[in-house]
Amino acid sequence: MDTHAATSTGPRQADQIPANLLAKIDEAVTHYPVSKRSASLPLLHLWQNHFGFVDESGVEWIAKRLDLESINILELVTFYPWFRQQKAGRISVRVCRTLSCALAGGYEVREAFCKAAGIDPKAPTHGHTPPVSPDGKFSVEFVECLASCGSAPVALVNDDLHEDITPEGTAAILGQYN
Amino acid sequence: MKSLSLPPHPKERRIVFKNAWTQGYTPDIDCYVKHGGYEQIKKALKMKPEEIIEEVKNANLRGRGGAGFPCGVKWGFIRRDDGKPHYITCNGDESEPGTFKDRYILHNDPHQLIEGMLIAAYALNVNLAYIYIRCEFPKAAGIVTQALKEAREKGYLGKNIFGSGFDVDIHVHQGAGAYICGEETSLIESLEGKRPYPRIKPPYFPAVLGLYMSPTIVNNVETFCHVKQILAIGSDEYAKMGTPGDGGTRVMCVSGDVVRPGPYEIPAGGVTLGELINDVCGGMKPGRKLKAIIPGGSSSKILRAGEVFKMKVKGEDGQMVDKEVPLLDLVMDASTLAAAGTMVGSGGVIVMDDSRDMLWALNNLNEFYAHESCGQCTPCREGVLWIDKMTTRMVNGEGCVEDPKTLKSVADNIAGRTVCAFGEAASWPVQSFLQKFPEEFEVAAK
Repeated sequence: MDTHAATSTGPRQADQIPANLLAKIDEAVTHYPVSKRSASLPLLHLWQNHFGFVDESGVEWIAKRLDLESINILELVTFYPWFRQQKAGRISVRVCRTLSCALAGGYEVREAFCKAAGIDPKAPTHGHTPPVSPDGKFSVEFVECLASCGSAPVALVNDDLHEDITPEGTAAILGQYN
Repeated sequence: MKSLSLPPHPKERRIVFKNAWTQGYTPDIDCYVKHGGYEQIKKALKMKPEEIIEEVKNANLRGRGGAGFPCGVKWGFIRRDDGKPHYITCNGDESEPGTFKDRYILHNDPHQLIEGMLIAAYALNVNLAYIYIRCEFPKAAGIVTQALKEAREKGYLGKNIFGSGFDVDIHVHQGAGAYICGEETSLIESLEGKRPYPRIKPPYFPAVLGLYMSPTIVNNVETFCHVKQILAIGSDEYAKMGTPGDGGTRVMCVSGDVVRPGPYEIPAGGVTLGELINDVCGGMKPGRKLKAIIPGGSSSKILRAGEVFKMKVKGEDGQMVDKEVPLLDLVMDASTLAAAGTMVGSGGVIVMDDSRDMLWALNNLNEFYAHESCGQCTPCREGVLWIDKMTTRMVNGEGCVEDPKTLKSVADNIAGRTVCAFGEAASWPVQSFLQKFPEEFEVAAK
């Protein structure tokens, strides 16, 4: 795992929290009356959904909000594959790699997505920082079983599950996203 | 998400999936209520909690998440009146390769799950519950959150539900892409906001020291739905649908090289493996022959076409007799698959045909486990990666003669030496592929 991803440059995320994100954060914390620490993952999700990734200031801010040390949050960001410390593509393509999808052509589908997005298919397939297309629009990566083996091969594009994908159909799928 | 277009197969009996795949059924509360929803919790609130637990025990409901532990027995570990807070947590972290049933319930029939959880909450004296949903189901999390909001607005959730004086609230908690969170103690750690390293048992049995060190019941999505159905059908009738010790129906998820892959809800023991593949799923793809079956999620031990198993079965006179059972005649229930040296697990059946290379297939699974080991225990953290590196090397034509033996030795030294069952889950494929298909590994090792 790439636990030492370079700190991204640019304005600190913690200096740009909009009011609606703050409101969602306050609401999420109320779901855990026994221990605020339980809100760590929900806050990281809200943060990443808004900013696209979690920078150092985000780790510090969330830790402070939950009365924790920064390491308590950083260790989650580096452990859970979903969280990113660097910007990925605006549109995230996550292709299922595991057996039932592989039997149905999942590897070929990933390669076709890469080509359609302008990404080198030889780029790393897994990791917290997936390869991004030169225009910054797409990132394409393998993920492990998406639990839709009956309609393999499948991919999650942002929040949408696409099923029974063929390599030929990948460009049209990407075309649905702007 | 694809919805079911086919009517139920004659071998199917859809109870948990009845609404989820009915054309025109929507996940909102009005549709659920129109189809008889929330009647069972009303009934439950008039029962004694012990009666509900007794019903679940009597129904012979086994957990549908993979381990198959009797649900009523698990619930029986909770002492209602011990003065501690109790919790229930729904495991919606569905991620065992080959398993894809909970996703349909979460997306299409969320209120069935909520009703099952309310019944459990009342029976176990729980006022706070969580539904842990893997973040790769973002839409499901939204749908379930909306369903909880609807239930809260109607007074079915929150303070004094249905005017009974009983309070319970449920929240959705999203995972973050780690398979290990499906292990119940790992799920609890994750819910506490920590790295999801599984806890050691004993002492950390969830029913004793679970969420926030309080008695906690973790059940699978499908399991909670069955609880609702047990109350609706009655435990005697429910138990009768299945086999002794394995009551009700089970959603079998079939994927791989069959004509009609998909989830099928079938009474426990209601079909043989052969009927499931050849009849329900339409057989192997044209021109192909069966080669191998992984019968209960990727962790279950693989079975080879043509295998014959020696086991004790009930004869016509009711006495147990020794019998030889061919692979395709194996009955799909917990005890038969256990007697065949594997397990019904999470119901994920992966079928492979004669065009498939077993070394390639094992390597695919090894990569999965190498990616998903949480890293807490040394034998697993190191061993699973070694195994993956070895089979990757073999697939690339760089294997050596000792490789099969080394693979087995590493797998043998992981299983049984880790805090959680992930060690076994990662070792069983290696051990069983090597045992069942030795010739493919020898060739690859030259």
